[in-house]
Amino acid sequence: MVSTNKENILAVLSLSGGNDGLNTVIPFNEGLYRDYRPTLSIPENQIIPLNDQIGLHPTMAPLKRFWDEGKLAIFLGIGYPNPSYSHFRSMDIWHTCEPDKIGTEGWLGQVIKEIDPNSENVLTGVNFGRGLPRALAKEGVPVASVGDLETYGLLTGIDGDAQRSQALDVFGRMYGPTIGSGYTMDYIRRTGTDALKGADILATAPDKYSSTVEYSATAIGQYMRNIAQTHLAEFGTRVLFTTSPYNGFDTHANQASDHARLWTDVSRTVENFMEDLREHDASDNVMLFMHSEFGRRIADNGSGTDHGAGSVAFMVGEHVKGGIYGDYPSLESGEQEEGGNLKSLMDFRSVYSTIVEDWMHLDAKQIVGGSYEKIPFL
Amino acid sequence: MPGQDIALMAHLLRRAGFGASRSEIEAKASEGYGATVEDMLNPSAQPMIDEDLMLRYHPTYNHAGAIEINTQNWVYRMINSPRQLQEKMSLFWHMIFCAGHSKIDSGEEMGRMISMFRDNGMGNFRDLLYKLSTNPGMMYYLDNSESHKTNLNENYGRELLELFSLGVGKDEAFNYSEDDVKACAHAFTGWNVAPAYPPFPYGRSPWQFRFDPTDHDDEEKTFLGETGRWNGDDIIDIVCKQPGTARFISRHLYNYFVADEVPVPSWRQTAPKDGDLISELEKVYFDSGYDITEMLRTLFNSDGFKNAQFAKVKNPAEMVVGTMRLVGEHRDEIKPGLFEISQEPKYMGMDLMNPPTVEGWHTGHEWIDSGTLVERINFAADYLGKTDLSGVQTMINNLMGQGSSLTPEQFVDGCIDQVGCLNITADTKQELLTHANRDGNLAHASDAEKGEFARRSGEMFQMLAATSEYQFG
Repeated sequence: MVSTNKENILAVLSLSGGNDGLNTVIPFNEGLYRDYRPTLSIPENQIIPLNDQIGLHPTMAPLKRFWDEGKLAIFLGIGYPNPSYSHFRSMDIWHTCEPDKIGTEGWLGQVIKEIDPNSENVLTGVNFGRGLPRALAKEGVPVASVGDLETYGLLTGIDGDAQRSQALDVFGRMYGPTIGSGYTMDYIRRTGTDALKGADILATAPDKYSSTVEYSATAIGQYMRNIAQTHLAEFGTRVLFTTSPYNGFDTHANQASDHARLWTDVSRTVENFMEDLREHDASDNVMLFMHSEFGRRIADNGSGTDHGAGSVAFMVGEHVKGGIYGDYPSLESGEQEEGGNLKSLMDFRSVYSTIVEDWMHLDAKQIVGGSYEKIPFL
Repeated sequence: MPGQDIALMAHLLRRAGFGASRSEIEAKASEGYGATVEDMLNPSAQPMIDEDLMLRYHPTYNHAGAIEINTQNWVYRMINSPRQLQEKMSLFWHMIFCAGHSKIDSGEEMGRMISMFRDNGMGNFRDLLYKLSTNPGMMYYLDNSESHKTNLNENYGRELLELFSLGVGKDEAFNYSEDDVKACAHAFTGWNVAPAYPPFPYGRSPWQFRFDPTDHDDEEKTFLGETGRWNGDDIIDIVCKQPGTARFISRHLYNYFVADEVPVPSWRQTAPKDGDLISELEKVYFDSGYDITEMLRTLFNSDGFKNAQFAKVKNPAEMVVGTMRLVGEHRDEIKPGLFEISQEPKYMGMDLMNPPTVEGWHTGHEWIDSGTLVERINFAADYLGKTDLSGVQTMINNLMGQGSSLTPEQFVDGCIDQVGCLNITADTKQELLTHANRDGNLAHASDAEKGEFARRSGEMFQMLAATSEYQFG
């Protein structure tokens, strides 16, 4: 269990596009793997074995380090019933926990609401990237969306520090009085005041930060560095979210090189992130969750793989009980999900329930929309 | 301050179009309000957007499969089409007849649906509902392709009544029963989508609507009190003659063009903001035989419309496209950067061609949250501060034209006028004036003074773009 007096923090890296679980966590002893993947199977001598059945993609050595430390949990066959093969819809299902009807409120938006019901801290939840992912959407919950922490703020287009600072003073005063100019005007001014407050606080994060860790110059590297900076600045942020470049994992073609490049980046960045937090003695209360909207087709198409169903997900953290959770879905033709895909044997809401109850210490039932068996990774 | 006719013309062009540059507003104002309304109501009298030019520079727009290309094409049209009301109506119907890429998963089908709104959105409402009910994207989005004679799926049948025509109710009464929903869904069995070719590896083919008589329930049905062997087009006929439909469409037009209304689910129990105008629109709906252009003519010429300046929160498309049209960027010129512009509404909470649900976006003040407000302010302020853009230069030249030296007060009033932010409150204006007072009067005789004049103008435009008042349109 958790042995910290600091409040627990969740970071999420959403892998957009549908990560090919089968070539990420590989059942290398399963003969069918090579039969179905004549072009794309990874040679056994390159796979990083985790046990005598399962191994990681060759680019994932940096993540293997956390496996060796017993701090990497791997979830096999994760998904939900009646899979959607649409990127957007499937990611929405992961974000809203609503597989049957269209949901508009995100599970993490509800987590933030529970943690901070009166929005006393405008930075309880922060997203890195432009536009708010559905996971964080909830009416009345302020969430900043930060494209780049180094340049984030209001009126960033005004040249000159003195000019910008004067303009922001004017802005603060213009939005200050909510003097009954009508409901909507008052609401907009209150929201502007919240946004300015959040931006002012966030702007101090890069200056407070120094580290020996150098992140990669990719978008994932920048966002994860921004997450570390925000966490280290101790603004009371409890939920930090980011998404890898949009649909990057959608490897219909050229998968061999693209997938290797993506996992080189992700693995290295996760290692950097954890090293960075450890260097600042700030890793103890952080857990990082990585998932995608679906996996990919079992059989390759000669160059890539098409949209699939069940996939894999990862949790990294000092308090995570490392190991493999769940069973590898069968590759046998009679056991596949319709359309030649891996079945989902573990509902993602089981993992969410564990996060919400055993890490954030909230009641999960409302947030994930039902009772799901928890996974004992904490 | 500007003449009333300039302010009113700016209002008309913001609502019936996506706004305009200062010079366009002045030119239209001199043609007169009534004449401009007639021009806008008659798109075919305006030149078409230059499709050849568009396709020459953006060959990817031709049968584009990717959703991003289709939204980019649409945003380009919003910025550049001389037929502004046509694009505004395409957005209007897209915000009511919601279908989204999240399920349809084909940018080309979304593009085709928007084209259908463009071609039919100002015509006869009955024809439009028929086109909608035979649009393959919509039939798939609302599961009518899964609705069979022997295995009914009520989704389209229900949403057609609840969200696309009648609405749940009016004047507190309900407009239809659950039995009507079932009868409606039965009548639309067999209205589906022909089987598609698999998209990979050869790419997609356009979807086709198909009526399958063998899968159509041809039994007798009772719908809204009328009994017969109704097919889908009979249902459309019955729906169109209901007072509920007249009310529902009138309220939507009011909510979109005049002033923000309460959310749609409250319409059964909440009376319209302007009952007289709604009654007038309902009357025109029936008198004209469901002609949408006639309803718009009545709307734009009404006092209720003319007096509703700044009574709406701009939606993200209006914010982005309106700012582009004001500053003169991506207008009548083809250059890189349009993709980024077309993504901006998404960052502000309006992912075009991908509404969150079939109920569409929550509008009015719900467009604004702490994340979207930052995006709106930074976007508008960035562009209004670019003093080299043609629209911004015109605004600065107009300011200089007001006199050889401007007092801070004249300057602030002039900037408010040029940006068109005429709803500025006294307290906001006081803050802007305090700021302008710090650097005193503005002259523009020497090059140095001209440079400083332009710098201060750009800065003041940016601050205006950042006001809460600029969020209204």
